[in-house]
Amino acid sequence: MQLADHMDRERFIYSKKWSIAWLFKMAWRDSRVNRFRLLLFISSITMGIAALVATFSLGDNVLYEINRQAKTLVGADLSIENSRPVSAALKQVFDTMGEKRSEERTFASMIYFPKNQGTRLVQVRALQGDYPFYGSLETQPASASINFRKDRQALVDKTLMLQFDAKPGDSIKIGELNFAIAGVLEKAPGRTNLSTTVAPPVYIPLQYLKQTGLIQKGSRFSYNYYFKYKSQVDIDNIVSGIRPKLEKEGADYDTVEERKRNSGRAFEDFNRFLTLISFIALLLGCIGVAGSVHIYIREKINSISILRCLGANGSQAFLIWLIQVCCIGLIGSITGAAFGIVVQQLLPQVFKDVLPIELSTPVSWPSLAKGILTGMCITGLFALLPLLPVRRISPLLALRISIEQSRSSRDLLKWIVYTLILLFITLFTWWQMRNLPKAIVFTLSIAFAFAILAATGGLLKWMLRRFFPDRWSFLWRQGLANLHRPNNQTLILICTIGLGAVFISTLYFVQGILINRVSMTGSGAQPNMVLFDIQTDQKQPVADLARQFQLPIVQQVPIVTMRIEEVNGKNAEEVKKDTTSRVPRRLFDNELRVTYRDTLTSTEKLTKGELGKHVRNESDSIYVSLDQRYAEWVHLQIGDHIVFNVQGKLIPAIVGSFREVDWRRVQTNFRIIFPTGVLEKAPQFHVLITRVPSPEVSAKFQQAVVQRYPNISVIDLGLILSVLEDLLDKIGFVIRFMAGFSIITGMIVLISSVLISKYQRIQESVLLRTLGASRKQILVITGIEYFLVGGLAASAGILLAMAASWGLAKYVFDAPFHVQVWPLVFIFLAISLTTVIIGLFNSRDVLQKTPLEVLRQEV
Amino acid sequence: MDILSVRNLCKNYKSAGQNLTILDDINFSVEAGSTISIVGPSGSGKTTLLGLCAGLDRSSSGSVELNYVKLDQLSEDERAQVRNKYVGFIFQNFQLMLTLTALENVMVPLELRGEKNIRDRALTLLDKVGLADRVHHYPAQLSGGEQQRVSLARAFANTPRILFADEPTGNLDTETSDKVIKLLFDLNKEAGTTLVIVTHNLELAANTQRIIHLKGGRIINDEKRA
Repeated sequence: MQLADHMDRERFIYSKKWSIAWLFKMAWRDSRVNRFRLLLFISSITMGIAALVATFSLGDNVLYEINRQAKTLVGADLSIENSRPVSAALKQVFDTMGEKRSEERTFASMIYFPKNQGTRLVQVRALQGDYPFYGSLETQPASASINFRKDRQALVDKTLMLQFDAKPGDSIKIGELNFAIAGVLEKAPGRTNLSTTVAPPVYIPLQYLKQTGLIQKGSRFSYNYYFKYKSQVDIDNIVSGIRPKLEKEGADYDTVEERKRNSGRAFEDFNRFLTLISFIALLLGCIGVAGSVHIYIREKINSISILRCLGANGSQAFLIWLIQVCCIGLIGSITGAAFGIVVQQLLPQVFKDVLPIELSTPVSWPSLAKGILTGMCITGLFALLPLLPVRRISPLLALRISIEQSRSSRDLLKWIVYTLILLFITLFTWWQMRNLPKAIVFTLSIAFAFAILAATGGLLKWMLRRFFPDRWSFLWRQGLANLHRPNNQTLILICTIGLGAVFISTLYFVQGILINRVSMTGSGAQPNMVLFDIQTDQKQPVADLARQFQLPIVQQVPIVTMRIEEVNGKNAEEVKKDTTSRVPRRLFDNELRVTYRDTLTSTEKLTKGELGKHVRNESDSIYVSLDQRYAEWVHLQIGDHIVFNVQGKLIPAIVGSFREVDWRRVQTNFRIIFPTGVLEKAPQFHVLITRVPSPEVSAKFQQAVVQRYPNISVIDLGLILSVLEDLLDKIGFVIRFMAGFSIITGMIVLISSVLISKYQRIQESVLLRTLGASRKQILVITGIEYFLVGGLAASAGILLAMAASWGLAKYVFDAPFHVQVWPLVFIFLAISLTTVIIGLFNSRDVLQKTPLEVLRQEV
Repeated sequence: MDILSVRNLCKNYKSAGQNLTILDDINFSVEAGSTISIVGPSGSGKTTLLGLCAGLDRSSSGSVELNYVKLDQLSEDERAQVRNKYVGFIFQNFQLMLTLTALENVMVPLELRGEKNIRDRALTLLDKVGLADRVHHYPAQLSGGEQQRVSLARAFANTPRILFADEPTGNLDTETSDKVIKLLFDLNKEAGTTLVIVTHNLELAANTQRIIHLKGGRIINDEKRA
């Protein structure tokens, strides 16, 4: 061995070269004895990644299928829809368009099954030509989809066939005409199961429509035209050519490309919402990871200080554990992604009722990559928080010197990481919502919830230190001391359990708000049946018929269909050209259903101006009343001039008042009300609202109405409510399915937090056992500690959830929010007791084995 | 030739708002290849002095020159490299990395230097301390004496210029202590390393060529022995 000499002075040149391989080797070595705990880190994020990959993949699969099936969704290269007959000139243009043409009228009407006298509101689709040109009407028998067009035959939706126990060959009556059922309609282009539940479709040949007697003044028809072109034709070009004509007549068009965009957009909105739910599961998991890494690193302080003594610098030490955590994050993300693929296979089943397409589930590699990358980034960022202090762990700690560590709050990097986390969440949310203010609100809400929970934990610790109950029994003191002693887990457990509680409770509350809203509408003495399309001469006889059945006439109102022609002297074209006008172009396209009266109903309240008075002379000004929200949407003010087009007759009017309308009540409500004395002679139909006491009376009354007045349609709100409940249930199931990932993540985080805390306290428990503490005493100490943590986290979480639900009820659902005490008590007890059970379960080693056994095994 | 030179060394800490002087105007030098003990009662500043001499901490004032490198002028990362290049450590509570086997613990200082083919060297050292058959055991599977012997092997692994031992027998029984002390001095003699021991065990201190007595953060006696 050479002694030191002067040459050494020259030889000491600081080298920044590190061996990356050695860092990986050390990370690997250190992981060997911590595999179980590292597995816990992994499990925290897998559920979140799985949910994320599944929703990303679903999005990809659906968009792929929409692109693939778009032609069969429209059924034609171009479809044109109008709510009134097109002009002769336009019809002439249509007659020259396309290689093949098809025409259709759709309208709501009652169907009557003579076999069992059943009646039901349906959507009649009277068809001429070979539509659909792409895809097919799927029928049973298959030949029925072609054959029904040749004769007086109909295709009847399968749900109707089941409901009324009908068979092909049976007869149905639509209006005044009987049709033979040619076959069962299984599927039609572009229709979801949900879209057909309220009014299931029935196809009849167009040539028999007139004979049904349903074409009357005021009847609400949709006129559809379908065109098929040769494959080389540029459809956009054709649409550009006829667009001015279509716009002039208020007609709407749909092309394959348009449908691709619209279907994609509609689904993307829903998918983004699901992605956010998945992201919350991931965030919850990340908080769990941060908590676990924090405790893990605390236990590594000694090893790190030894490494520092042996010559490792702060960055090397930091990198060893960063590599370890990143590798764990990668494994967790890959595991989660693999699980996500499994979940993806289940999704077509979950979504079958809400999607208009057949869904296949090939693995979406970009989604997989996006899920893994998102998981890695967010896990890495959250793990960085507890890892950063590693850089500053002093080698002096190995020498038993207790030193005051520099305050971590002064670490600039830590604040940068906090900022990056917030930025990442905001950007991710922005990417999903495409709305920066909403993304910021979402991020801040999560940060706020986290801050409140952290403050609750901090307050508990402070209060325990400040007002520690010295006179309480040893078991209570020990249990309470565990909550604020050094290296306690109070804060992290309260944050993770609390956030889980927020999520579980909010979901419960929101579901309650929605169900409450629906059931309120259908309960008590609320009306539950609406008769519409009543002609003026049928008004009195129908009311008499209702009275014969001893049904109350809750409301009977006239309805006039019209359009807006001009606003303040400008028509649609001029408004479109006027870049300063805030009046939306759609205002001119929409067909309005308007009533006339000189009083307000119980669902209305005047907020500005006065209701228009009876118009006696043609020279009198006509003051109309607008629903306030509608007025805000279309930017109309009191005093604005509007010209209405009522079946060709132009009627000038002035906005005279605004009303606040409660749209939730079962009643006819209107955006626009005319005064009396103007529309009495205009083409109109009437609506009658009543309440039927039972399904039996409902069925008998409907039969009587349909038999005497086949043009009148009846909506049984009891049926609509059950459909709505079914719809809510189906959407709720989808949301619950996705939220389930967050709840499972919350449970995993809870289990892993408690399990990891076991390593911390095991020595203390062993010491207590060695000093003679009984199993029961250890059990009680542990029970007290976890019940307090679980209880406090649950309480704080429930309070936050109540605040969030109140906000959602008030600002999003516009519904009242009532707190039910017992469900809250149940959630509180469930979370608190689960925490205690997991805590006790994880302490069973200490209770069942001898102290020496435990020490040998664990240390 | 002095391998360690300490000049006007002071160390103050702020604790609970109060300024505490741990070391006050310490001056001494250590000749390369010599053995020296720093003794004193608890709280006299022995371990703090060792920490400063080994480049584990910065002084409040004064200077420490180790192997002709002025430690106070170096950054923490540079001091870490000095430790890795010139310094070996033995701790009272062995301070082995619990997640590494005995062999890996010995290999770490060499790996940090980026040296190749180090396994044989680590195995030889473990063989020298009598642990050839325990090389793949984790610290938790070894007795206290065995752990300290692994620690000795690790301390000599990077052929340090100077070895700092902090109460090396503090956690061992008398019989095991004697064996470890013998091993320490034998290895030290063989390697020709400078040995600085911090202890309050005067029997252990008596084995060294020089004893520095500390009290209240000051040197009260510098005893050179034959």
